[in-house]
Order: sequence, then structure tokens, then C-alpha cells
Amino acid sequence: MTTHVLHDTDVLLRRSLRHIVRSPDTIITTAVTPIAMLLLFVYVFGSSIDVGTDSYVNYLLPGILLITVASGVAYTAFRVFTDVSGGVFERLQSMPIARPAFLWGHVLTSLVANLTSLVLVVLVALAMGFRTGAGLLAWFEVLGIMLLFTLALTWLAVIPGLTATSVDGVSGFSYPLIFLPFISSAFVPTDGMPGPVRWFAEHQPVTPIVNTIRHLFAGQPVGSEGMLALAWCVGLLLVAYALAMRTYRRKIT
Amino acid sequence: MTTPAAIEIAGLTKSYGDHAVLEGVDLVVRAGTIHALLGSNGAGKTTVVRILSTLLRPDGGRAAVAGHDVVTAAAAVRESISLTGQFAAVDAILTGRENLVLIAQLRRVDDAGGVADALLARFDLTDVAGQRVATYSGGLRRRLDIAMSLIGDPPVLFLDEPTTGLDPQSRLEVWRTVRELAGHGTTVLLTTQYLDEAEQLADRIAVLHDGRIIADGTLAELKALLPPTTVEYVEKQPSLEEIFLAIVGHDGASPMETR
Ligand SMILES: Nc1ncnc2c1ncn2[C@@H]1O[C@H](COP(=O)(O)OP(=O)(O)OP(=O)(O)O)[C@@H](O)[C@H]1O
Ligand SMILES: [Mg+2]
Repeated sequence: MTTHVLHDTDVLLRRSLRHIVRSPDTIITTAVTPIAMLLLFVYVFGSSIDVGTDSYVNYLLPGILLITVASGVAYTAFRVFTDVSGGVFERLQSMPIARPAFLWGHVLTSLVANLTSLVLVVLVALAMGFRTGAGLLAWFEVLGIMLLFTLALTWLAVIPGLTATSVDGVSGFSYPLIFLPFISSAFVPTDGMPGPVRWFAEHQPVTPIVNTIRHLFAGQPVGSEGMLALAWCVGLLLVAYALAMRTYRRKIT
Repeated sequence: MTTPAAIEIAGLTKSYGDHAVLEGVDLVVRAGTIHALLGSNGAGKTTVVRILSTLLRPDGGRAAVAGHDVVTAAAAVRESISLTGQFAAVDAILTGRENLVLIAQLRRVDDAGGVADALLARFDLTDVAGQRVATYSGGLRRRLDIAMSLIGDPPVLFLDEPTTGLDPQSRLEVWRTVRELAGHGTTVLLTTQYLDEAEQLADRIAVLHDGRIIADGTLAELKALLPPTTVEYVEKQPSLEEIFLAIVGHDGASPMETR
């Protein structure tokens, strides 16, 4: 049975990777918005934002990476929705294939697509003067956090993909996700925010995740905030996975 | 008849909210036969097919395909069936050949490429095999869709309105394929709104109306349901359409489209 799952997931993964290769615009579009934000904030607002370090692009990049994933998973939701609304989902469900393979094919595709977009964004940041003192280990830790975060948001994206009734409904879920980093330490330090906003900013997941990546890039210890970031990522992942699987099970019976 | 039943449905019920669609459907389809399920729009034909192909859970009653219960042995049912849904379920971004290879790989047939090429030739799709399905006409999509359903030679085939939207020539081709399959022992349950399709193709015809099967038999048996042919200047055999309208009743608009 497990070989079944692996084989069927592999076949379906290849299929949706082929989709991405045939419409590379989805990856480019995913990367364009965060890159535009990067340019806008660094070259237009950056000079009047005081973040206490000399390089605003260094400060900004971690938050931009999260925004990249938040907009990238909208395509995952869209790909799932296309299969469900176009009948491919039902055809697959009526066939003797491993039940989890359909979702895993899409989830792994999402990881590949988002990592590609993230690489594009980092390359642009490097061209804009982003510099890091991170060693190999720190880079791997950043990669690990981004993978967990992408996985969590991907499973979240599966839910509207399975349940939406229109294309608009599918992508709508990602707007709040893209907005969340604005009320965090991603663009400016939380110190200057008014009371309730500051409280929200300091208690939502984006702030510890952004701070942790920032510390890793700066070659500094991540401290307890690193554990908090990890806990948020794993917690979100578990909740999103459970909800997505419940939605899926309801859909297939 | 002594052939075993490929599909057995007894007392099947299904409602959407408080809209009762199936209110006790009974039907037996013998192995190796073509059985047509006739019904007006919204009669519940697709609902029956979706329950039989394990996509939808019935509220009550029993349904078994190839001897396996559709609820308790869904995985075994899926091993025995293939579904061609009412709307073509093809991957528009892949090419026609890639669609076939995909299904062949998922069904673990040996030589997926060879199987795909043979089906492309059989369904006259070789010329467009390398084009993305997004560029296909409705008829081409439907042919590819049916070809995809034949991969792996499942013993029971569900065809939900397989020729809707096809031109007459493609339609005849699909009919020929269906007859050929039945000749090789495949059981076919086919829903249709075209009475001539049922008349041409089916060994038996069941009429689904008001949530139940109100008639089930060979064309000759259904004809016998009508009062004896009246003698007129021209003697005329009743068409299936007349039989259908007579047993369904003439209330409301014509329940069925004819061609
Ligand atoms: N998911 C659903 N939710 C609510 N009602 C539904 C759903 N699916 C079908 N119905 C209703 O159930 C009834 C039967 O639908 P079904 O699709 O089985 O009919 P059909 O005989 O296949 O019709 P058609 O010839 O138009 O394909 C219809 O009135 C339809 O509106
Ligand atoms: Mg239907």
C-alpha cells in the first residue's frame, strides 16, 4: 500500500510539475509582487524608515520571503480547484489509486514552485545589496523554517481549493495572509506602533518567524524567539493539515 | 437468464437536503450487457452513476458492482470500474497522449506509452496527440475522455451521456466502440437522453422517473407496455419516444430532447 502511495504521488507530482513548466508565469507572478514590494520599500520608503540597522534590504527580506509564500500558495489552491471543478478530481477518485496521492501530488508541487519563487526573490535581494553573515548551518535553518511555513500555508490553501465554488473564492483566502506581515515586525519595528496594534503585532506568528530569519541571516543566535517561530510553524502545519484532511475526507465520501 | 449480475441496486435512496432525488431505485444489470438508463433532466441519472462509482454515498438501500458493495467495499469496486462522467474529465494543460499515459501509469498497465498510442489510433486522435487538450474541440475532448476510460480494461463501464455534444459521425464511432466492448464481455451502464441511442445500443432499457425505475426491459418488452397498435391507414410501430412519453405521462413540457 505504501508503495502504491509513493508511486501514485510520484505520477501526479510529475503531472502538476508539468503544469508549472508549461505556465512558468505562475512562478514569475508569484515572485513579481514581493519583488515590487522590495523595490518600493527599499528605494522609496526605505530612506525614511529607521530600523536601527544600516541596511533596510537586510531588514526587509525575511518578511518579503513570507509574503512570497503567502501569494504563491494561491496558485496551489487554484490548481486543486481546477481539478475539482474540471472533473479530473472525480475521475481520479473513481480509480483504484492511493487516496492521499491526489493531495500529496499538489502539496509537493507547491513546495517546488514556492522554493523556486523564493530563490528568485533572494537573487533580486542580493542584486539590491542584501548581504548575510549566515553560515551553511544558518542557511539550512532558514530553509527549514521556510519549508515548514510553506507546508503549513499549502495545506491551508488545499481547503479553499477543495471547497470553493468559484475562481474568485479560491484566491480570496490568500489576501489576509499577504496582509498579515504588514502588522508585524516585517517592515518596521513594533516599538513605534500604538498599543493594541503593537500587542497584535507581537503576538501573531509573522513577528517571531521574521525575527528568527533575520537573526539567522545576521549570524546571531535566535534565542527563545527561534523556538517560538518553530512552534508557530509546526502548530500551524498540524492544524492546517488536520483541517485539510477533514475537508478531503468529507469530499470523498 | 443465467449470467451473473454485474450491477445490483436495491431500494437505493438519495436526497440533497430535503430534495429527494432517488426514492427506492431497483435495478439489475447482467454481466456483458449494455443497459441504458433513460430519464429527463434532473431525474437522477448522474446521481445513480456517482453512487455506483463510489463518488457519492447513498442515504439508504444497497448497491453492488461486480459483487462488491459500493459503500463497504469501495476500493474493490474501484478496481472493477471505469467512469466517463457527464462532462469530459481531461487535463487541458497536458497533451492528449500525456492524458492517456497518465491514466495508464496510475492504472499500472505495462507499456503505458504503447497503450496510449493504440488508443490514439483507435479513436482517430493520432493527429492531435501532441497538442494540448485546451486546443481540442468538444468532440475531440469527449473522444479522448472515453479513450481514457478504456485503459486497463475494467469489466464494468459507466458512461454518463457519452454522446452529448458529439457530431453524428463521432457518435456512431462511440456506438461502435461500446458495442465492441460489450462483445468482449464488458458490462456497460449508459445514461442517455437520446432515445434512439438507447434503442440502437442497449440490450435493456430502464426508465428513471420520480426517483424510481418505472420500466425496465428489452425494447420489445417496453413496446408491449403500450396498448395494441391501432389500425390506421398507415400502420406505424411505436417509437421508443412514444413509449417513453406514454409511461412517463405527458404532464409538463416534453421531458426529453430527441434528435
Ligand atoms: N450536489 C448537489 N446538491 C444539490 N442538489 C443536487 C446536487 N447534485 C444534483 N442535485 C439535484 O439532484 C437532481 C438529480 O440530478 P442528476 O444530476 O442526478 O440528474 P440527471 O438525471 O443526471 O440530469 P441531467 O440529464 O440534467 O444530467 C437534480 O434536481 C439536481 O438539481
Ligand atoms: Mg446527468
